Amino acid sequence: MSDQQIEYAAILKRRHRISTCFEWVCRIATGSALLFLAVLLAGVIWQAWGWLDTQFLTGFDSRRPGKAGLLAGLWGTSWLIFFTAIFTVPMGVGAAVYLEEYATDNRFTRLIKLNLSNLAGVPSIVYGMLGVTAFVRMFGMISAADGWTLAVSLGIGTLEIPLPLGRCLLAGSFTLSLLILPVVIIASQEALRAVPPSIRHASYALGATEWQTIRHQVLPAAVPGIATGIILALSRAMGETAPLIVVGAMSYVAFAPGNLDTPMAAVQDPQRVLDAPFDVFTSITIQITNWIEQPKEEFQNLAAAGSLVLLILLVIFNATAIVIRNRAQKKISW
Amino acid sequence: MNSTPTVLTTNAIDQSEVFRVDVTGPRSAAAQGQKPITTARPTVAKQATGEVTHPVKIRTKNVDFFYGDNQVLFDVSLDIPEKSVTAFIGPSGCGKSTFLRMLNRMNDIIDGTRHTGDVLLEGSDVYDSSVDVVLLRKRVGMVFQKSTPFPKSIFDNIAYGPKVAGLRNKAKLNEIVETSLKRAALWDEVKDRLNSSAMALSGGQQQRLCIARTLATDPDVILMDEPASALDPASTARVEDLIFELKKNYTIVIVTHNMQQAARVSQRTAFFFQGVLVETGDTRALFTNPTEKQTEDYITGRFG
Ligand SMILES: Nc1ncnc2c1ncn2[C@@H]1O[C@H](COP(=O)(O)OP(=O)(O)OP(=O)(O)O)[C@@H](O)[C@H]1O
Ligand SMILES: [Mg+2]
Repeated sequence: MSDQQIEYAAILKRRHRISTCFEWVCRIATGSALLFLAVLLAGVIWQAWGWLDTQFLTGFDSRRPGKAGLLAGLWGTSWLIFFTAIFTVPMGVGAAVYLEEYATDNRFTRLIKLNLSNLAGVPSIVYGMLGVTAFVRMFGMISAADGWTLAVSLGIGTLEIPLPLGRCLLAGSFTLSLLILPVVIIASQEALRAVPPSIRHASYALGATEWQTIRHQVLPAAVPGIATGIILALSRAMGETAPLIVVGAMSYVAFAPGNLDTPMAAVQDPQRVLDAPFDVFTSITIQITNWIEQPKEEFQNLAAAGSLVLLILLVIFNATAIVIRNRAQKKISW
Repeated sequence: MNSTPTVLTTNAIDQSEVFRVDVTGPRSAAAQGQKPITTARPTVAKQATGEVTHPVKIRTKNVDFFYGDNQVLFDVSLDIPEKSVTAFIGPSGCGKSTFLRMLNRMNDIIDGTRHTGDVLLEGSDVYDSSVDVVLLRKRVGMVFQKSTPFPKSIFDNIAYGPKVAGLRNKAKLNEIVETSLKRAALWDEVKDRLNSSAMALSGGQQQRLCIARTLATDPDVILMDEPASALDPASTARVEDLIFELKKNYTIVIVTHNMQQAARVSQRTAFFFQGVLVETGDTRALFTNPTEKQTEDYITGRFG
């Protein structure tokens, strides 16, 4: 062996040692993260033990811990997320498609793109303030004192839209939509950008229009990424508290929005469905916050039980996302 | 100029003739009522650029092309005859693909490009504001350098062009898929798995799929950008056979880095160098007796 080779051999040992060291650093990092998570989960479960029962899931809030339930929050959160999704998905995906597929690269679109990433980092409370101004008060165009109601008669009942919107569920959904729109747009843009340009070119070369190319080639290929982005954003919306407090979610409500407390009621009395968006509301997160603030010890257990429900919902949500993604991905592979 | 490289030029032509016989065999040019390919046709070779035996399908006049401030085509004027094969040759980066994309306006898709000059398809300007690009691209089909099957079934890949054009009739679609695949010499290999993913095909099969897909839109002109660059000799031979077959009905433009291929499949050849159309003419004439020094150097492999 030459001198150089001997030197290499000596260094080789050290190189392997460093490599092993780094592997362990990463293991410890992962391990401690998992440990924290486990402790947290164990703590929540331990506190919630015995409290997460049917009474808790089917009853409304009460001053007495033994009778308090999460039903108002469950309905509130479901409605909120439902409407948030309805507003965010078309707007977010539409904007992303416009920015990626149609817009030419000029100063204006670059400004939009830059601001999107900035908006994604704005604290949620700021969106809450925006929501109050824009939706609850509607910029003061109509003062709350002489507010009026726009009645739209539909086949199944009357849609009564208060103007200004006031502290209603729809205002909450609009606010959450604003909050997650930048995230949805950015995630969708990234998914669209990941579709190889050659696919678009091939489609154009076969005489497809822009819309046909987007509809038949680009969007199907981008669906997994877009769906993941949307579901992650909606999970974030589900866990938000601050903006909802600002737009006036009720900390204590003993009824579901529109008095719609069982799915059957929607069939029996469709008017309640039409009322729900404009009713006052609470959410799971607001109820949890409220319980934590209560002096009685038992309310802490209720808060833990509420957190557990939220966690379970989020897990179900994300699992759905993974299933959707895998289904779509099976059809597409480059 | 004629004396020095004779050996090399002759060499190139020799190979081409050997291949021509091998590949196209029985249905060679003679079978189609043309003169045998080995007979020189000096009259054509001597003709000035633009005067060709077939009517002109595409004519470009003084085309300049820019990517931003970077000019990559300089004053290109070229006539492409109908129902024959025109080959573009030239070193990498000389603008062959760019010029090809001018012909069906695929360059429009790239931001920040511009051009001057005219591209006339059967006498009318394809860049005229009244021209519908969608229709133009259906008439002037394109096969890309890199095969780009859609992540869909084989059937859906072929049926895509007719479908986006508005054809819904299932029986008609089936028929188009079958004839297109047969013409692209892929039918026998895939007829039992039309509904499986096109991504599972081999590279050579994918390339033929892309050719079939273009044929399915029923174009007049087919632009091919190095359609055989990623194929093995057997697949290459099939693609060349195919091109030979297709030229009866279609006007074909093919970009290739393979001199023998250009000599085998094309009737006319255009040599590009650094964005300039250096020389164009009858393929045999250009390969045996190039008028420009640059052409000669390139086809004899002295640079490029
Ligand atoms: N999208 C683009 N943006 C900017 N410049 C480009 C683009 N495409 C090509 N060019 C430039 O234009 C010139 C010609 O490119 P082109 O692809 O037409 O060459 P080519 O003759 O097809 O080369 P090859 O034989 O390697 O495929 C090159 O200098 C290249 O760098
Ligand atoms: Mg090229």
